[in-house]
Amino acid sequence: MTEAFDNEAGSLGSGPDQVQFRFRDDEPVGDATLTVDAALEQPDAAAVRIEPGDDARDLLEHLGRLSLVEINFPSFADGRGYSAARILREAGYTGELRAVGDVLVDQLAHMRRCGFDAFAPDAPMDEAAAKRALGLYDNVYQNAADRRRTIAELRHWGQT
Amino acid sequence: MYRYDDYDQHMVDTRVEEFRDQARRRIEGSLTEDQFKPLRLMNGLYLQLHAYMLRVAIPYGTLNSRQMTALGDIADRYDRGYGHFTTRQNIQYNWIKLEDAADILSDLSQVEMHAIQTSGNCIRNISSDHFAGAAHDEIVDPRPYAELLRQWSSFHPEFTYLPRKFKIAVIASEKDRAAMRLHDIGIRILRGENGDLGARFYVGGGMGRTPMIAPMIRDFVPLDQLVTYAEACLRVYNRHGRRDNKYKARIKILVHELGAEEYTRQVEEEFAHLLEVGVEPPFAELERIRGFFTDPPFEDGPRTVDRSDPDFALWVDRNTHRHKHDSYVSAVISLKPVGGIPGDATGEQMRILAKLAKRFSFDEARVTHTQNVVLPHVRIADLHDLWTELDAADLAAPNLDTIEDIIACPGLDYCSLANARSIPLAQRISRRFDASGKTRRLGELKLKISGCINACGHHHAGHIGILGVDRKGVENYQLSLGGSEAEDVSLAKITGPGFTEDGVIEAVDKVTDVYLEHRTGEERFIDTYRRVGMGVFKEALYD
Repeated sequence: MTEAFDNEAGSLGSGPDQVQFRFRDDEPVGDATLTVDAALEQPDAAAVRIEPGDDARDLLEHLGRLSLVEINFPSFADGRGYSAARILREAGYTGELRAVGDVLVDQLAHMRRCGFDAFAPDAPMDEAAAKRALGLYDNVYQNAADRRRTIAELRHWGQT
Repeated sequence: MYRYDDYDQHMVDTRVEEFRDQARRRIEGSLTEDQFKPLRLMNGLYLQLHAYMLRVAIPYGTLNSRQMTALGDIADRYDRGYGHFTTRQNIQYNWIKLEDAADILSDLSQVEMHAIQTSGNCIRNISSDHFAGAAHDEIVDPRPYAELLRQWSSFHPEFTYLPRKFKIAVIASEKDRAAMRLHDIGIRILRGENGDLGARFYVGGGMGRTPMIAPMIRDFVPLDQLVTYAEACLRVYNRHGRRDNKYKARIKILVHELGAEEYTRQVEEEFAHLLEVGVEPPFAELERIRGFFTDPPFEDGPRTVDRSDPDFALWVDRNTHRHKHDSYVSAVISLKPVGGIPGDATGEQMRILAKLAKRFSFDEARVTHTQNVVLPHVRIADLHDLWTELDAADLAAPNLDTIEDIIACPGLDYCSLANARSIPLAQRISRRFDASGKTRRLGELKLKISGCINACGHHHAGHIGILGVDRKGVENYQLSLGGSEAEDVSLAKITGPGFTEDGVIEAVDKVTDVYLEHRTGEERFIDTYRRVGMGVFKEALYD
């Protein structure tokens, strides 16, 4: 077994100590994540890991019992996880949504917009750069999981 | 035309500063080229054979004179005195220094322009009919819908790492002047049965190594659901488009492999869901945007010109297009002078075009996907003055839609992907047909040249198409016939074995002879080809 697969929980996925940024007030979830198939078979599983080829919609009936969903980005260029994240948030998932893998600083803002609220990048980011990236754009053009008021809405409806 | 408000301007300015910081980190060495690459690509900066190339977005091909002047100034200040207008209605600069790139983006932002999403696997610059707002045959001006989609697609959080690049075209006429059905999404704005405007969606067209014509997947989307429907189309693609093979990653392959019916079913399901979620901008936004595209104050005037100068009369016949107001025409300025580089313009020529747009066309110019420039609203009374100015600037080539009006990609002279040169071939063909006087006898004949299988020169859609390939280290050219990007869209078929550079020029000459021999009445080359078929052309080429 290689070290990457041999973390404390003895399973796939990131542990809470690998999370570099977290935008939630609740306690980090320590449960080891299961694959989507395994989580569907275990009625008490609370943590699951979505790979790029998985269908996030398979989980929709089980969202109530999930408190951690990890979405893996084996390569930053594979953008399927952005859709998976929005789909979960659109379905009402309120637990932790953690981006893991090849997650880069220049992607943080888009990921936040898609509903991610925790980040466990393979290569830790420079904290100042991450903060800058997240605060860079004052406004947004599209509706997304963050439900920020869009530029079009600000133009016609104002701030409130 | 559309003008930025503070929100639009602030978004673009923020991007300039973000890129300035990234470029600085690259120059200092704290970013490696591998790390920098995806960042520069998001800003239209490519590393080509000899230098960096910067591609600037010209949304739906529309420019005012200030913007055109700025493009000319950039050519002089940062490039070698010229720029290259592309088949996506954009402009490329081929000799850019990394140290200057952020300053160029800053200059662009001063005139409400940018290079955002002109490369990378994201939604690219949205193209449209170059006669939008002027053509006699359009239902409405399609550009407000293109602008709505431009804003939606800019910095889209979900669709920035698609399987592959994504191109959208919007038209609003039965006439297709934007190769609409050869796009990832082609949208035609039209009136439904009850007279309301809506959008017809075609998805999964494209050129490249596997050319496909987009099937219609929805005949009518109400305008207050336009963005939501586009979002559904993209989400199905982002989730299910192939990522295992770069050459099978475009949406056309997904639509083809699923079948249009199944793809449509999935889109409709996603669409129903997204309507519930609520992602559509307020309808008032579309109305706001429409307010930027109202008609300029047209005035009645003369409807005919003095044809006593035959050169002027020829240019009027060839290079003007019927306008919705009968005292105006749209004038097309050919960037295909005989022996020139298709789509190139010098900085000085761009500044002249800007002045002419201001003086003769309500401060508006357009870039066409055929690499020419349009002044959309010219008074017929002003045509002779305009032509005189153009002639003096070497911009009055009377060859629109002729065999000299060649689309050619940059090819091996610039592009790191190319297998063969395109530009010298275009130059030689236009010289030859001009010298023999055959151009005029041939009438409308669309010749398109690509220097590699990626088909940036649209060879699949040429009445005559030429594809440059590398055969054992030697440039070789395949000839194809019968393509069209217009409303009669079709894909060209290869004639047979390829030719040398000299050989393919002879071959083009031969197929035009076959046409002249077989045409009846007013038939264009493409009409004759469709009637008589490939056989007689093949005989002339290979027997």
